[in-house]
Parts: sequence; structure tokens; C-alpha cells
Amino acid sequence: MKSALQLVWFIPLLPLVGFLINGLLRNKLSKTAAGIIGSGVILGSFILSLLLFLQVKEGATFVSELFTFIKVNELSIPFAFQVDQLSALFLLIITGVGFLIHVYSTAYMHEESNSHFARYFAYLNLFVFSMLLLVLGNNFVIMFIGWEGVGLCSYLLIGYWFKNIDYTNAAKKAFIMNRIGDLGFLLAIFWLIAKVDTVTFATVFSAETLQVLTPTDITGITLLLFVGAMGKSAQLPLYTWLPDAMAGPTPVSALIHAATMVTAGIYMIARSNVLYTMAPFTQGVVAVVGLVTALFAATIALKQNDIKKVLAYSTVSQLGYMFLGLGVGAYTGAVFHVMTHAFFKALLFLGAGSVIHAMHHEQDIRKMGGLKKHLPHTHWTFFVGCIAIAGIPPLSGFFSKDEILAAAWSANKIYWILGVIGAAMTAFYMFRLYATTFLGKFRGTQEQEHHLHESPKAMVFPLIVLAVLSAGAGFLGVPAVLMENAHWLDQYLAPVFAASKELTAGHAHHLSHSTEYMLMGVSVGIAAIAIFYAVNKFSKNPDLEEPAGFGKVLANKWYVDEIYNAIIVRPLFALSNLLEKFVENKFINGIVNGSGRLVQYTARQLRYLQSGQVTNYVLLMVLGMIALFVVMYFTKK
Amino acid sequence: MPIEQYIFLSLALFTIGIVGVLTRRNAIIIFMCIELMLNAVNLLLVAFSKMHHLKLMEVNPNAGTEGQLFVFFIMVVAAAEVSVGLAIIVLLYRNTRSVDVNFLNRLKH
Repeated sequence: MKSALQLVWFIPLLPLVGFLINGLLRNKLSKTAAGIIGSGVILGSFILSLLLFLQVKEGATFVSELFTFIKVNELSIPFAFQVDQLSALFLLIITGVGFLIHVYSTAYMHEESNSHFARYFAYLNLFVFSMLLLVLGNNFVIMFIGWEGVGLCSYLLIGYWFKNIDYTNAAKKAFIMNRIGDLGFLLAIFWLIAKVDTVTFATVFSAETLQVLTPTDITGITLLLFVGAMGKSAQLPLYTWLPDAMAGPTPVSALIHAATMVTAGIYMIARSNVLYTMAPFTQGVVAVVGLVTALFAATIALKQNDIKKVLAYSTVSQLGYMFLGLGVGAYTGAVFHVMTHAFFKALLFLGAGSVIHAMHHEQDIRKMGGLKKHLPHTHWTFFVGCIAIAGIPPLSGFFSKDEILAAAWSANKIYWILGVIGAAMTAFYMFRLYATTFLGKFRGTQEQEHHLHESPKAMVFPLIVLAVLSAGAGFLGVPAVLMENAHWLDQYLAPVFAASKELTAGHAHHLSHSTEYMLMGVSVGIAAIAIFYAVNKFSKNPDLEEPAGFGKVLANKWYVDEIYNAIIVRPLFALSNLLEKFVENKFINGIVNGSGRLVQYTARQLRYLQSGQVTNYVLLMVLGMIALFVVMYFTKK
Repeated sequence: MPIEQYIFLSLALFTIGIVGVLTRRNAIIIFMCIELMLNAVNLLLVAFSKMHHLKLMEVNPNAGTEGQLFVFFIMVVAAAEVSVGLAIIVLLYRNTRSVDVNFLNRLKH
């Protein structure tokens, strides 16, 4: 018990040290050294996380306080780390997937110059540090520090190739969108402080504190927290930054914009599950936003031709499923989906990275095709990822998605129907991507075909590990209907969600076995049909033409960016232009320049007094004396 | 002699001094005008002190002596001033071949 407490500090400390070394010595380190330091510290954190993960199995919660961070009057915010089942699981995902992606990056980023290579690893380490801070913090403020940290690293890494103006714009977009969400999070923290004078999880979620909060407070706080989650986890209407974030290097997309950072919102809501369970209205909002996002992003993914964009919209869509799960109270399901999604989405992104690497930075799937025989390892791992995300048993995606959909059915049947439609679309666009990229004939240039090669071992190794995990992780959460007491994850996470379960114990109704079989059957059946249709259609004749009609709307992402530009960006620009023209130039500049000009003018006038003629001075002296004399004469009583 | 005449005389001398200082450009003449002003004041001081003395002789035989003491003091200071001032003017003349004060506005530029 004690050893674990002492080790907690090293988990975020190691990546921080890695960041400092790589960041400060980036001009001196060789690529090998930077890669080893960068990956090594994450491996260290991973091993420590694994130890912790095994330690907290008994259901205990460790809190380890370093110092008091803020102390004002009644409010005291400790800088403390908390390890319980939920954070231990996230620790494992972050450091585990993070390590694989670090290893992958050593090969993927090899073309970069030494200092940029070290800079990349420094950012990546800093990201892991922030993310660990986010999940380890034992109060909302520490979480917020990590929350902002990952936002910053996301910005830095999207704009990693900063010479490209589009990429830096994408980075700025991500940062600003996140800031909008962060404001909601911050307001929620203030609300909490105003009402209960504490931000520590254990106190906030204790029964006494919850009694102090009125239902309005809880609804308000949860809604504001959800605004934060919307920004970070790319939900409607703040999702547009995530697809643009694909400007960053592909391993970054895999780690930050698919596997870990974007699940911060889910972590936050799962962490505050008691509050959400007590606010049914917010739960409804979360479920609807999640569901709409899931469907909306899936429709866009149907018509994208950039390999990373398809995966990006798929990520948005899968995050929507997680929020649907949170909204209908399936907290375990949502966290389960976070885990499986981390595995298969990281796998898919790294696979895409491998394809892009082989194709010399070509990302358009219309110019690929037939890569199956050139990239055998990438092909089969990618295939595993595709069937995992499509929800075909017994791969991991099936179990987690099914758990969310089953919960959705018991909450509202319409949720389930829409969810299944989304799942069918997921299967369809993933296999459209798969078939267009790997099957059929090669459509690139001859030169490209000549250079096609399987990626180096450092890239293939993470793919294989992730493929195994994607295939097998589902067995951590086998639903009760298939095997009694086999939902291991549910048992592991039970202490975290115990309070919520108690609250809903009265009206929780279990589905009958036959219904559950029916639900599974339908979703798997529809997904299977979508897969066969997509593979048949796109392996022979992929859609290469520009889409027309409704397809064009989808290919242009429902024109959401254009709409945002028209209703938010342009009016803002117009307003600031107006302000610049009138307030800034005329008013403020007028005051500032005017005072300067006044001084200059008076100085110029006063200068004439200094004539240099002695007699003038004397005359002035005499006049002054006479004036004094007059004054004295008249003021005398 | 009535005191008014002394006052008129010293006022006239002082005014001549001021006007001279203001209007003339020759350093030596300005210098002389300053002396004139100083002596106008001296004259006035002596006159007043004498008047004072005559009035208070019975009560205080020393009355009015301070004014005359001041006159000596002023004369000493004026002598010192003349020696320094004339030395400056001589040096000025050696350097510039002129004693015109308006010529000495170099600091302005």
C-alpha cells in the first residue's frame, strides 16, 4: 500500500523529465537518444501504472497529497493525486497506448531534422504529462491544469509543421474551440466553489455536500461541465476542430486526437457520475448531443476521401457513442468503449500512418488501392481494426458498443434505433475506406508503386500489439447474457460508480435475455450487411468522381465550416474592423497621439522664451518683480 | 533736507540703471548701470537710516545704524562683483574682440 503511494509521483514526473531533457537539449541530442529518452520515460510510467493498477484492484482509493496549492479563507485546494479504479484504467490506456505510439514515432518521424525530432518528442512527453495530471488530480482544479495542458500540447503538435500556414490555422482553430469549452468547465468550477467551497472529488461527491446543492445547481454545474467536455471531446457544435487537427503528424492524431485527449471529456463525466445521475435533464442533453454527433459525423465520414479525415470523423462519431452511453447511465459501457476505442482507433490511425508513409505522404484514398500485397502487416492489422470498430463479434468493438446500445434501448428505444443506424454507417464507411485503400487495383503513379514498401519494424510492432489488443480487449467485458460474472471491467470499476448505481437502483430494469439476443443480432446483422455491401461495391469500382447532389453536401461536411464562418467568424471580423476603424483609430489613437501633440506644441511655444538675449531675460526678471510687487501690494491687508 | 528728495533722487538713479541694463548691449555700460542701481539703493538706505536715527535719538542712541552697516556690506559685495565681472569682460574681449552681450547667445544653439 505504501509503496504505491510513493510511486504515484513518478508516473507524471517521468514524462515531465523527458520533456525537459528533450526540450532543452534538442539541439544536442541525436535522434536515437531523443527517441530512447522519449519512449523510455513513457515505458517507465507504464510499468508504474501497471503496478498501481494491480494495487487498486481491491477497491481502495489512494490519495497522496504533495502540498496545498491554493488556500483562501474556507477554500483549500491541495495539489494531490488520487488513484482509484477509474484513474488506474486511464493511466494504463494513456501510458500503454502512449508508449506504443512513441515507439512508432521513432520510425515515422525519422525524416525530421535532429532538433525538430527532439522537439516532437518533447511535446509528446509534455502531452503525456498533462494527460496524466488530468486523470490523477484529486480535484477539479488539478484536472483543469491537465485539461489546459493537453489543449496546449494539442495546439503545439497540430502546428508541428509550423511553416505550413494551413496547419497553424488548424492549430489555432483547435485551441480556440477548446477555449470555448474550457470556459464552461471553469464556470462550473466557480459555481462549485461558490456553493460548497470545495473542489476535491471525494468531498464534492459525498452525500453531505450533495444535499447542500439544489437540483438547479446540479443541473447548471453538470451542463457547464458538459460544455467543457463538448469542446475537448469534439461534440456538436464544437467538433469542427478535430477533423482539422489531422494536420498534425499521424502518430499525434492517433495518440491525442483519437486515443487519449479527446476522451478527457468522457473521463470527466464518468468521474462526476454522481452529479450526472442526479441531473436527469443534463443526462438527456448528453445523450441527445452524443447521439446526434454520432450520426452527424458518421454521415460526413461516408463521403470523405482523405484517409485521416475518415478516421477523424469516425472518432467524432465514436465519441458521440460514448456520450450516449454516459447520458443513458451506462458509465461502465462508456469507459469500456473509451478503452476499446483507444486500441482500435490508435491501430487504425497508425495503420493509416503506415500507408501514408509507404505512399510518400499521399493521403487521398482515391489514389491508393491494392495495397494489400505491398503492405501485408499493415493490411491485416488495419483489417482487424476495421472489424473491431464495425462491431463484429468477438472483437472488442462489439462488446463495448453493444453495452452502450443495450443501455440505450432500456432508456429510450429511439436512441437504440438511431444508434444502430449509426453503427451501420460506421461499418459501411470503415469498409469503404478499407476496400478503397487495400483492395482492387493500384491507382497511384508508377513511381509511387515502385517505392511501395512495408514500414520498418518499429512501426509494425505497435500495430501488431494494438491489433491483438483490439481483438482481445472485448473479453474484459463480456455481457452477463453470454456468460455469468464475466464482465470483469464492471466489477473492477464498481466502486467508482457505486453511488450512481444506488441512486438508480429503484428503477433500473434488466433486459430479458431474449431481448438482448435480439438487439445484438440486429446490430451485428446490419453491420455485416453494410460490410459486405461496402466491400463488394468499393473493391471493384471505388467512387472516384466528385460526388453530386446530396453526396456533395456530405463531402463538404454539411457546410458546417462555411456556416460557422458566415454566422460567427465573419460578423466578428466585421465588428473588429469596425472597432478598429472608429474606436481604435479615431478615439484611442486620438487620445494618445493628441496628448503627445499637445506636449510638443506647448514646448514649441515655450521655446521662444529662451531667446538667448540677456536683455530679454532681465526684462522678464524686472517684469516678474513688478508683478510680485503688485500682487503683494494688493493682497496686503 | 526732506526725505522725499532723497527718495526721488534714488528712484531716478535706479530707473536710469534699469533702463540702461535693458536697453544697452555693451557689457561695460550694463555693468555701470548695475552699479548705479546698487548705489541708488545705498543712498536710500543711508537716507532712511538717518531719518530713523533723528526720530529715535532720545530713546536709543544707536537707532538706524543697521542701515548704514548694510551700505558698507553692499559696497564690499559690489567691489568683489566688479573685480570678478571686469575680469570676465576682459577675458571676453580677448576671446571675441567684442563686449556685446547679444553676441553671447552660443548656449542657445
